[in-house]
Amino acid sequence: MRALQATGLLVIFCLGPAVARADAPVDFNRDVRPILSETCFQCHGPDQKKRKADLRLDTKDGLFKQADGYANIVPGKLDESELYVRIASDDEAERMPPPKSGKTLTKSQVDTIKRWIEEGAEWKGHWAYQKPTRPAVPNVPAAPFVKNDIDRFILDKLNERGLKPSPEADRATLIRRLSLDLRGLPPTPDEVSAFVNDNDANAYEKLVDRLLATPQYGERMAVYWLDLVRFADSAGYHSDNPRDLWLYRDYVIKSFNDNMPFDRFSIEQLAGDLLPNNSDEQRIASGYNRLLQTTEEGGAQAKEYMAKYAADRVRNVGSVWLASTLGCSECHDHKYDPFTTKEFYSFEAFFADLKERAVGRQEQVKMPSPEQKEQLRQLDAEIAGHQKVLDTPTAELASAQAEWEVAAKTRKVEWNVLRPVEAKSQNGATLSTLEDGSVLATGNNPDSDSYTLTFKADRPKLTALRLEVLPDGSLPASGPGRTGNGNFVLDELVVSIGGKNAAWSSVTATHSQDGFAIANTTDGKPGSGWAILPNAGKPQTAVFEAASDLGETTPVELTVTLHMNYGTQHTIGHFRFSATDAARPIRADGSEWPKNIAAILAIEPDKRSDAQKQEIAAFHRTIAPSLEPTRKAIAGLKQRKEQLEKALPTTLVAETMPARDMRILPRGNWLDESGPVVTPTVPASLGGLEVTDRRPTRLDLAHWLVARDNPLVARVFVNRLWKLAFGQGIVSSLEDFGSQGALPTHPHLLDWLAVDFMENGWDVKRMLKLMLLSGTYRQSSVAHEELRQKDPANLWLARQGRFRLDAEMVRDNALSIGRLLVAKVGGPSVRPYQPEGYWAHLNFPRREYVADHGPDEYRRGLYTWWQRSFLHPSLLAFDASTREECVVQRPRSNTPLQALVLLNDPTYVEASRAFAERILREGGSTTESRIQRAYQIALSRPARANEVALLSKVVQHQHEQFQADRAAANELLHVGDRPAPADLDVAELAAWTEAARVILNLHETITRN
Amino acid sequence: MNPFADHQSRVTRRTLFGRSARGIGSLALASLLNPRLLPGAEIKVQVDHWKGALSKPHFAPKAKRIIYLYMAGGPSHLETLDYKPVLAKMAGQPMPASYTQGMPIAQLQGQKLTCFPPQHAFKRYGESGQEISKIFPHIGSVADELCVIRSMVTEAINHDPAHTYMNTGTTISGRPAMGSWLNYGLGSESDDLPGFVVMTSQGKYGQSQPIAARQWHSGFLPSRFQGVLFHSKGDPVLYVGRPKGVKADQQREVVESIQQLNALENDVVDDPEIATRISAYETAFRMQTSVPELIDLSSEPKHILELYGTQGADGSFAANCLLARRLAERGVRFIQLYHKDWDHHGSIKRDVQGTAEEVDRGAAALIKDLKQRGMLDETLIIWGGEFGRTPMGQGSGRDHHIKGFSLWMAGGGIKGGISHGATDELGYAAVQDIVHVNDLHATILHLFGIDHEKLTYRFQGRDFRLTDVAGKVVKPILA
Repeated sequence: MRALQATGLLVIFCLGPAVARADAPVDFNRDVRPILSETCFQCHGPDQKKRKADLRLDTKDGLFKQADGYANIVPGKLDESELYVRIASDDEAERMPPPKSGKTLTKSQVDTIKRWIEEGAEWKGHWAYQKPTRPAVPNVPAAPFVKNDIDRFILDKLNERGLKPSPEADRATLIRRLSLDLRGLPPTPDEVSAFVNDNDANAYEKLVDRLLATPQYGERMAVYWLDLVRFADSAGYHSDNPRDLWLYRDYVIKSFNDNMPFDRFSIEQLAGDLLPNNSDEQRIASGYNRLLQTTEEGGAQAKEYMAKYAADRVRNVGSVWLASTLGCSECHDHKYDPFTTKEFYSFEAFFADLKERAVGRQEQVKMPSPEQKEQLRQLDAEIAGHQKVLDTPTAELASAQAEWEVAAKTRKVEWNVLRPVEAKSQNGATLSTLEDGSVLATGNNPDSDSYTLTFKADRPKLTALRLEVLPDGSLPASGPGRTGNGNFVLDELVVSIGGKNAAWSSVTATHSQDGFAIANTTDGKPGSGWAILPNAGKPQTAVFEAASDLGETTPVELTVTLHMNYGTQHTIGHFRFSATDAARPIRADGSEWPKNIAAILAIEPDKRSDAQKQEIAAFHRTIAPSLEPTRKAIAGLKQRKEQLEKALPTTLVAETMPARDMRILPRGNWLDESGPVVTPTVPASLGGLEVTDRRPTRLDLAHWLVARDNPLVARVFVNRLWKLAFGQGIVSSLEDFGSQGALPTHPHLLDWLAVDFMENGWDVKRMLKLMLLSGTYRQSSVAHEELRQKDPANLWLARQGRFRLDAEMVRDNALSIGRLLVAKVGGPSVRPYQPEGYWAHLNFPRREYVADHGPDEYRRGLYTWWQRSFLHPSLLAFDASTREECVVQRPRSNTPLQALVLLNDPTYVEASRAFAERILREGGSTTESRIQRAYQIALSRPARANEVALLSKVVQHQHEQFQADRAAANELLHVGDRPAPADLDVAELAAWTEAARVILNLHETITRN
Repeated sequence: MNPFADHQSRVTRRTLFGRSARGIGSLALASLLNPRLLPGAEIKVQVDHWKGALSKPHFAPKAKRIIYLYMAGGPSHLETLDYKPVLAKMAGQPMPASYTQGMPIAQLQGQKLTCFPPQHAFKRYGESGQEISKIFPHIGSVADELCVIRSMVTEAINHDPAHTYMNTGTTISGRPAMGSWLNYGLGSESDDLPGFVVMTSQGKYGQSQPIAARQWHSGFLPSRFQGVLFHSKGDPVLYVGRPKGVKADQQREVVESIQQLNALENDVVDDPEIATRISAYETAFRMQTSVPELIDLSSEPKHILELYGTQGADGSFAANCLLARRLAERGVRFIQLYHKDWDHHGSIKRDVQGTAEEVDRGAAALIKDLKQRGMLDETLIIWGGEFGRTPMGQGSGRDHHIKGFSLWMAGGGIKGGISHGATDELGYAAVQDIVHVNDLHATILHLFGIDHEKLTYRFQGRDFRLTDVAGKVVKPILA
């Protein structure tokens, strides 16, 4: 395959600077292992099933193996080294690798191995699996470039290569760079001039400290973290329904802002729920375990999805903390790295305790704020007061009970069919009332519908309503629903009397489909409902028992509304309502009294035990007429409590259950249960757990990850911080530290940073600050021709990086320049403008995107509603991750679709107009002064003469045209919700809006340099 | 292994664009820049034209482009392409357990499994006598062009993962779709349209399938290879329309100014990414003209509109077929048309016929139209879904089924008028010449001159390919 040639491509660095210089000794890790990994490990590596000739070259024992009179490698002796003899052989039948492997060794690769053997064949373990130790800081002569130890490591390498660092960038560039890196927002012109004119010797450090302390820092860091852990607002698979997890996002933002140590941050996410005396915050953090994609697809098999979820978690922890491709060992032992299939499933076993639904909506957990907790406490106290009355026996009650018992023994619930006075379909179905009082839907069969029925019940009071759904030959699959399989989904049933909605004390049905309980019809949430699979084609009954008697007039006038919004014709085709005034309880299955009460009733009062006496008296008090006011009071309080509870924020958290069995699935096949059950362990090549006397938990895993001995985690994390500060990692393959990954360009620096990070309490801000204070960070990013030729990929950092802003920050930057950005930190996701119909492909149920109006329209990109299957198109165009899988490194593409977004997306057109308003208000009265102001705002620098000349012409031309067509100017000024200002001339503002569009579209505007 | 490949690519990129975008005094955005803005300033813009990761195909290609008629939901092979008289005889009898024991099953889990007879009659069409359901009279009329495969199998039994499997060769999210792979491997032939275009339509006879954008995502391949969804309402390509109140020549001035200012900045910082940005704006600018022109069907003669059975670009499957031909003419590499209503769990007799009517004429017209223009030979057409449906009934419908289903291919290197493979006599499992999804992918790549084992991309240390670790080219169906 030809090297990637064209532009606009992200170039992923797979292998770093792994090349032996002719004068330096061969280094096994740098020079030899990559060759063996690429060429030999496939057949002579960790995968024991694929291993040929029982020879493995990925371990020291294997590589130096002696058997049958042969030695693979004899240090210093080429002729006796069978490995060398075979790779250097002229005989095709002898030579390794064999042609059918599709692999070859180049002459220089063979030479490298030759030199390594000649030089004594010193072996080292793979660098990333060796515990890092703090290396000595290179001794380099003092120079203005050197600001801290980082620079000594960098300069040492530059000197080796005959490269010189670039000069320090000017102050305006520095503050823009720092501001974009730390806040994801540009500096204001005032901030720029304050910094440029700050004569304090510590001006730069003060600035870094100030920016690190802004709340926007946490938001900026969250953008990066949320990609790793695949945070989203929707479940992912198939119907991709919404779920609440924004409290987790708030936790991430707050943790970065509070500078929570990274080890604690890791532990809380993996196992916050297992920490002793855990706080709400820690439980919210444990929502990390629930961020993966889940399904609600009908017919999905639980076992299959449990297997998918388990594997997903291993892949994620592997990528986030270990930069290891553990996922490769799901079906076979890893081809390149020391991870076996057994270890993969043993890793899964850490998560075997998580309570979750394999198929269906995941259970949200309420997370009240402290104020809400207090309100709930007060309500509970009031309820308890009334409850005490309800729980207290009295003489009056005893005699009432005796009367009731007599009546109860002969009781029968009598249902009176309610014939609708009127039956209306909202979406045009024909509803006809049949002779038996039932209602049949025919004709138009809309996707969703609401039926409204009015009834007059000839009773003074009603205690319950009954809904029968009935089969009919005219319906698909005989009904009772109107969709193909006879099913339906009743989202909500609302009964209103005199404009007041009825509350229910019990809702029961003869049958409910899994995940579609009858209780959903009265939960006030349209997204959940009652359905009846697999019992379509048969009648079913639902009974709604009123919390207090319905109606005080005779006849009682009822309006019943059936909401059926699920879509795809999941509406009811045939049904009937009845009512009763029988005493409670009233249940769908016909049981008049709970079984235990019925049993006690059958015993003569004087033959009952004390317990039975108390039980039946207690029951009687729940239905005694004299206690009705108390019960009403309780019902009212409970309703208030319910409303409050409905308003509580919810999230997904980790909750434990007894660990389920985790088996090795042969070749990843979930149908195959022949594999052995495994218990939680970590890969042996990375060390071991200290737990021996019990089953290890997620908490043990978390502690193991952030232990001082773990060779990977600190390196992985500081490498990613490095990427934030320089645009690429010291190990360019941020996601893979394995033998197929890149080697570190500066291995000593990486280890030094990792050790420093751990020894200083995993302090993230401290580590970032160290990087930002370095002379390396402060360099100019402009590369002169010679430097670019010598180091095209900027591996050695003789200059800073230049790169496009991340998707969210492209948006934030434009809104900030237009001063539209709303600075509120945290809270639920928001919905900015999105093209109409973009969600047309979502179904079950169908959804329409309703954009927010007001402040939520102008929030930062990271708060945008993250719909996995249809991510907001402007974010997607700029390479935002869909968060279906872990993304460690977003591509940085440069495409025509991005141009279309910046040119035409209403968000950017509106931001341009707001920017133009700023220019006119802040930029003085001449075209030139305005252009200068615009450049200061957007680019933190003055405009050059040729730029001023060009933009002046744009303003002039556009002004002429808008003056000739003020209606068009007005149209442009009305893109977006922001009102057009009344005090500015329409044509002038429109012309400047065009100039502002030009500036917001500049490469420089969306580039951090 | 070439540790310097990346650096070389950067250097090459620089040679491609660096010089040409440098130097005030030489800037003439060839197609659009107007020198009146800044006399004496001209830049030359080359559109960044990806020519493919393969410098040349592995063998002579037969197909240049593909139009994939993707029938989402899982069309029943038993009512469309695979007639099973024995199943008709067994109507109402229990499905023999020997077929179903230990096999994956979807909504029929735990239920009694009963044979459900084919709901529509079949007919032999054309000289080849291909056996196709009577619900496809138009497709039947081009039977001699079709290769019907009756032995497809896949791995995922629920829609979402099955779509992902059919499009990317795996059920794990984050892998590139086949259209992305083809564009990555071969490049695009169009300068002003994306190389991978997706359109959708839905009908009235099924539960419209949710289709995630994942199905045309470029996964770990660069975003430029991502499929672009064309919409039937609003802007056909998102954000391709100018802002309200801005006239065409005003927009042109805005774009020209951006280009010139970017070029001026490049004189100061000499950054190759700027050249790419300039090229991207050039293409974007062209799209603002080429896309509206593409979807404007008013230039199509009446007899062509009638052939497809459409009045204009109305979002119907027929209209999309006509648009697919226009995209093919303009050099788009991979065109995928979804029809989303094939999930017939109930009322299959009525619904499969209704859905068939919605796609029948357009699909057949596409074949006829391409043929009369001499384009069929180099355009591969595939008609099929993510899986088939059970021979067992589910009320009046059928459940999902992965052990045997059908699809057809035509054009670009495919032998017409033949059938390949077969299911058992009840239409349950593919038993003869089984074609796995990986095999289908291998065959598609083969038709484009690509050895499926050699089109790879290194991600997370491994060379990934569309066919994962499997795939055999289905040789007997090649022309």
